[in-house]
Amino acid sequence: MSARKLALAVALSAATMLTAISAEARTLRWARSGDALTLDPHAQNEGPTHALNHHIYEPLVMRDRAGKLVPGLATSWKILESDKNVWEFKLRQDVKFHNGNPFNADDVVFSLQRAMAPTSDMKGLLTSVESVSKVDDYTVHVKTKGPNPLLVNNLTNTFIMDKEWSESNNVQKPQDFKNKEENFAVRNANGTGPFILVSREPDVKTVMKRNDNYWGKSAEVPLEISELIYTPIKSDATRVAALLSGEVDFVQDVPVQDIERLKSTQNLRVTTGPENRTIFFGMDVGSKDLKTDNVEGKNPFADKKVRQAMNMAINRAAIQRVVMRGQSVPTGVIMPPFVNGWTPELDKAPAPDVNKAKALLAEAGYPNGFQVTLHCPNDRYVNDEGICQAVVGMLGQIGIKANLVSQSKTLHFPLVQKNPPETEFFLIGWGVPTFDSEYIFSFLYHTRDAKYGSWNALRLSDPELDKKIESLSSETDTAKRNATIAEIWKKVQDETYYLPIHHQMLAYAMKANVDIPVDPENQPKLKYVSFKGM
Amino acid sequence: MLAYVLRSLAQGAVVLVAVAFIAFSMFRFVGDPIANMVGQEASMADREELARRLGLDQPFPIQFLHFLGNALQGDFGISYRQGRPVSALIAERLPATVELAVLSALFATVLGVALGVYAAIRRRGVLANAVMTLSLVGVSLPTFLIGIGLIYVFAVELRWLPSFGRGETVRIGWWTTGLLTWSGLQSLILPVLTLGFFQLTLIMRLVRSEMLEVMRSDFIRFARARGIPARVIEFRHALRNTMIPVVTIAGLQLGSVIAFAIVTETVFQWPGLGALFVNAVQFADVPVMAAYLVFVAFVFVVVNLLTDLAYLALDPRLRAAAPKGAR
Repeated sequence: MSARKLALAVALSAATMLTAISAEARTLRWARSGDALTLDPHAQNEGPTHALNHHIYEPLVMRDRAGKLVPGLATSWKILESDKNVWEFKLRQDVKFHNGNPFNADDVVFSLQRAMAPTSDMKGLLTSVESVSKVDDYTVHVKTKGPNPLLVNNLTNTFIMDKEWSESNNVQKPQDFKNKEENFAVRNANGTGPFILVSREPDVKTVMKRNDNYWGKSAEVPLEISELIYTPIKSDATRVAALLSGEVDFVQDVPVQDIERLKSTQNLRVTTGPENRTIFFGMDVGSKDLKTDNVEGKNPFADKKVRQAMNMAINRAAIQRVVMRGQSVPTGVIMPPFVNGWTPELDKAPAPDVNKAKALLAEAGYPNGFQVTLHCPNDRYVNDEGICQAVVGMLGQIGIKANLVSQSKTLHFPLVQKNPPETEFFLIGWGVPTFDSEYIFSFLYHTRDAKYGSWNALRLSDPELDKKIESLSSETDTAKRNATIAEIWKKVQDETYYLPIHHQMLAYAMKANVDIPVDPENQPKLKYVSFKGM
Repeated sequence: MLAYVLRSLAQGAVVLVAVAFIAFSMFRFVGDPIANMVGQEASMADREELARRLGLDQPFPIQFLHFLGNALQGDFGISYRQGRPVSALIAERLPATVELAVLSALFATVLGVALGVYAAIRRRGVLANAVMTLSLVGVSLPTFLIGIGLIYVFAVELRWLPSFGRGETVRIGWWTTGLLTWSGLQSLILPVLTLGFFQLTLIMRLVRSEMLEVMRSDFIRFARARGIPARVIEFRHALRNTMIPVVTIAGLQLGSVIAFAIVTETVFQWPGLGALFVNAVQFADVPVMAAYLVFVAFVFVVVNLLTDLAYLALDPRLRAAAPKGAR
């Protein structure tokens, strides 16, 4: 026992001495429900994976805490006057990777090409890119297939790796799941980011230390955390208990029912805010007849009046109050407020009106309603199953009997994604990483083909709409482009193709000496964290 | 004796293949891994391409034979969730689960037998009755509730013990152990109590009722009549004769604590096989699920064999009968 005390005393005095000579040693222990799947920056295009990797790796262009685009490893970017198909990136100089290698254009060319490799999961964001070339050590040209005004928005999660490191560790390609070998980059990392990987035990613990040579340190980015320990804790109750008992300092994925309790606990702080994700229902508007309904030879969803009646039957305020305990923002459009094209008018949630909805339904020829099957995930969004149950009740009030099938996301999403889809009425949520409406249109409204509409399970196919959507990708005149966006929204809102419910809210809980605002993309950026009141 | 062991092993192999087959045929109900493996920007073509590369577009019998062929060579493929070889993942997670399970089983058996004997001998004692009543709680409360309750009391309110994880571990060869560090030992306490509590009450109740039964039998009465001291009767004669059913149950329970530590591991974020399996199910990570279920079947086969061998050690009559294959 005395030996332990001695060791402790030595450690303490050593720590004090260290404080005196360098910046203070401060650890932040961070927990959320799931771990990053891999550290390989291009192997998984998935939220928690990016959230962790953003602390180690950096993209050319990144988003600050408000979601605004800010320079990352590129200091400036523009479309060339001489050739509208080429984006020019000027790179930051004097940046070093964690192993000391200098960062330059070769690394950018290598990384973007790696992100476009067949085994990369980031390639979907780079389909418009034709080639990447180095002009000089700190200038890179990205040539696109036709003008792409939004390329930069697609690069915010495309991390830059060190070419030499990747070559010497044989990780020129992202993990191939057919291979029997583990890719070295899965558990090892060499980035330019604010933290350096110290150790990684998947599903258990990832330890990072401060990168003292970080280029981006400033008044706004104080980089006060000297050690960052990331622990996934799957069970909600345990995660909250770990915060209450002081074993972790910051938790994400706070269950809505615990928010009030944590708020009222001394020395804890809870922050809430909207996530870049909207929850909504979709239905088969394209088929001649539905399989799961009880209407012969007709598809009720194909009738705009039916869709409007359903939209009117949903009481979004009640869902917000009862199902979400206030942790949502009811909406009338399937677009989070951060997105280019969003307006308060579009966002306004329609007022529920059961009588008018009934009248509309009768007008459409269904005075007694009809039956249909509703598919819902039960482990993907906040209280997803509860939302579906509430909506089943609300639709019941106007005579539409929805038979609810709620199941795990691994069963639910294939129904939506299969071609043709195997659901006729479903709930999904949608986030917009590019922060632009085009992303929503091309995945959710465009006719489903090899390139577009992979999430359009409506069987919606409107060639005129498709043409407008496609024109957005190459329109470089911002005013004209925004006008088209507004036009498309007007059209699809009028048709009521989807039934928007709400924007999902997130809650973070932490010790009161730090203040971490909710990040719209649920990627807390801990280099901004400052300790106070200690 | 040897023939008996070999025959048991052969039967075990059949069980393993059968489990693999049933497990594999159920995976289609768990969902489609592709949806989890690609980002939302992936096109239809990307998804089909990935399914083709992984062989998921093949008919079920071909997929199964492929799996079996690889598994026979010790290759369980690569985790869809983590991109790492499944055999390495299982080897990495095994120590955590084994330490937890063995300690829980020890805790349950030692304390269970002791309390059971006590409750049988002092049948009408106040303490014995209190223990029996308490054991009802153990049998009826679900594991996750016990776990969360313990966390609330010992981690949140008293702050004596950690609420999650394994603490510091020490690496010995490929094995990692939490038994050699202070934080590792502290971390073990709550999960061991949680996992062992149900088994403890089960064994205790079993020992008590078996013991009461034996104490009423003729040979105990004769022993008493011969004037053998009570302690000797109770521990040498009576206890030994109650052990056969207890060993059976304890053995099977050891199998199930290894295999189904899932709930405890999830509650305590214990980095063992159970937690690995839960994550795999949610991701539809077929290679990990398949390997895990085969592993569990293997554990049961081995535990059953060991239990049978333990009978032989305990009961001399069986030793004579065993070679003739009476089972």
